[in-house]
Amino acid sequence: MPKITFIEHNGTPHTVEIALGKSVMQAAVDNNVPGIDADCGGECACATCHVYVDAAWLPKTGLPVEGSQEASMLSFAAVTQDDSRLSCQITVTQALDGLVVRMPEGQH
Amino acid sequence: MNAPVHYDAAQEEARLDAASVALSEIDVSDPKLYQNDVYHPYFARLRQEDPVHYRKDGMYGSFWSVTKFKDIMAVETHPEIYSSDAKLGGISITDRPMEFRRSSFISMDPPRHDDQRKVVSPIVAPANLNNMSDVIRERVCRVLDSLPRNEPFDWVKLVSIELTTLMLTTLFDFPEADRHLLTYWSDVATQDVNAGGIVDSEEKRLEILTEAVRVFTAMWHERAAKPPGYDLISMLAHGAATKNLVNDPAEFLGNLTLLIVGGNDTTRNSMSGGLWALCKHPAEYQKLRDNPALVTSMVPEIIRWQSPIVHMRRTALMDTELGGKQVRKGDKVVMWYISGNRDEDSINNPNDFIIDRARPRHHLSFGFGVHRCVGNRLAEMQLITLWEEIMKRFPKIELLEEPERIYSNFIHGISRMMVRIPA
Repeated sequence: MPKITFIEHNGTPHTVEIALGKSVMQAAVDNNVPGIDADCGGECACATCHVYVDAAWLPKTGLPVEGSQEASMLSFAAVTQDDSRLSCQITVTQALDGLVVRMPEGQH
Repeated sequence: MNAPVHYDAAQEEARLDAASVALSEIDVSDPKLYQNDVYHPYFARLRQEDPVHYRKDGMYGSFWSVTKFKDIMAVETHPEIYSSDAKLGGISITDRPMEFRRSSFISMDPPRHDDQRKVVSPIVAPANLNNMSDVIRERVCRVLDSLPRNEPFDWVKLVSIELTTLMLTTLFDFPEADRHLLTYWSDVATQDVNAGGIVDSEEKRLEILTEAVRVFTAMWHERAAKPPGYDLISMLAHGAATKNLVNDPAEFLGNLTLLIVGGNDTTRNSMSGGLWALCKHPAEYQKLRDNPALVTSMVPEIIRWQSPIVHMRRTALMDTELGGKQVRKGDKVVMWYISGNRDEDSINNPNDFIIDRARPRHHLSFGFGVHRCVGNRLAEMQLITLWEEIMKRFPKIELLEEPERIYSNFIHGISRMMVRIPA
C-alpha cells in the first residue's frame, strides 16, 4: 500500500499506509493523525482537511481546478498558500506513494 | 412570558400526534414546536416516511422540508441550484415583504458572497484565535467566580448572555459598558413578529435596528479614518469589497445583524443547551467529572445536540430533483439542521447525547459548503474554555426546572434556565 507522510504544523511527522483509491484525508482520519479535522467527511464542504503539498509532489497531485468546488472551499480556508489542497480531493494512486503534505496552523 | 407546559406530558402528546396526523398536515415550521421542545417526533416521522416533504400552505407558506443529513449536504453544496439571495427570500423560511429584505453575505450567492466573506474571515484565523484565547479565559473565570452559590439563578442571564455579549464587544471593539445594546439588537433582529415580544412588525424591527446602524455608522467613519485595526468594523471599512458598505444602509444593516446574531445568539444557546443536556443525562455528566479532558469532544456534541440554528432556507433557481422529488424553479427549500443532526443513517445513535463520540464534528449545526459558519472554531473555543473552567470549580450544577424556550423556528433559543450551584 502507498505511504503518505503528514507533517504537523509543529514539525511532527506521521507516516501512514492507505489503500489505493482512498483519499489522502481518509489516510489521516483512519490513522488518527492530528491536525486533519475533516468535519464534513469528504464531501468537499468544510475545508477542514487543508494541507500544503510538498513542492516535489505538486506536479503529481496538481492544484485545484479553477472554478471547482475545491477551489471555492479553499478560498475560505485560513492561511492558504499556492500549494494548498483539500486532502479529501486527492485520490491515492501508486504514483503518490511517498507523498509528503504539511498541515496549516489550524483548520476551520 | 410563556410558562413551559408540563414537559413530559407535552412530549407524550406530541409523540401520539406525530404518529397519527396525516403527512400532508405536518408543519414543522410551527414555532410552538420549538418553544415546547416537541419537534423531534414529527421530524422522525418525516425522515422515515417522507424525507423530502412538501407542505402546501403551511404557517410560513408552501415549502419543501429537507430532513436527512445527505440531502441537506446536497443542497448545501449546490449554491448554483439553491440560492441564498435575499431578494428571492434569503436564508429564513419567513418571506419578509420585499422592502424589508436586507442583503448580507449570508444571503448572497457567489461570487459577491465570496468577496464580502473574505473581508471578515481573517478575524477568526488560527493566529487571531490564539490571540483571543487569554481574554476569553479571563472573562469566563470572572463570570464563573461571581456566580451565586446555593441559591437559584438564571444561567442564561448570568452566564450565556454575559459571555457571548462580552465576546461581541471584542469582535466589534464595542464599548463594554453599552454591551446590552448588542444583545438587544441581536434579539430584535431575529424575533418572530408573532412571538409576543417587542417586535410586532417589520416596521418596528427596522425602527429599532436603524439606531444600531446610526451607532455603527459613526464607529465606521471613525475607524475608516484610522489605520486598519483588528475588529470587524475596521476590517469592513478598509476591505476592498466592503469599503462602501456604509453607503448602503440596508446592506450595512444586513451584514451587521448577520455578524451580531452569528456571534451571539448561537453560542449563547449552546452555553445554555449544553448544561441542560448534561443535567438531563446524568451518566454523561458523571463521565465528564471522571475525565474533564472529554470537554474537547463534548463541545461539538453539545453543538449538535442544541442545533442552535433550526433551519436555513434556499430558493431553487431551476427545476431539479432532490431525494426523488421534483423541485420546481422558485420553490422554497428548507434544510432542517435540527433534523439532519438526528439522522440515524449519518450519525450513530443520533438520539443519544454522547460526550466522547469518535467524530463529534460530523454534524450540520454550522452548515456546510460556502456558507459554513465562519466563526465555528471561535464558538468551540468559547465553549471549551467555559466547560474547562466550570469543571475546575463546580463538580455539579443542578437544573431546577425545565428551561423556557423562545417562539422561533429559526433560532433554537433558551430564554431562561434556573439552576443552582450547591455550596
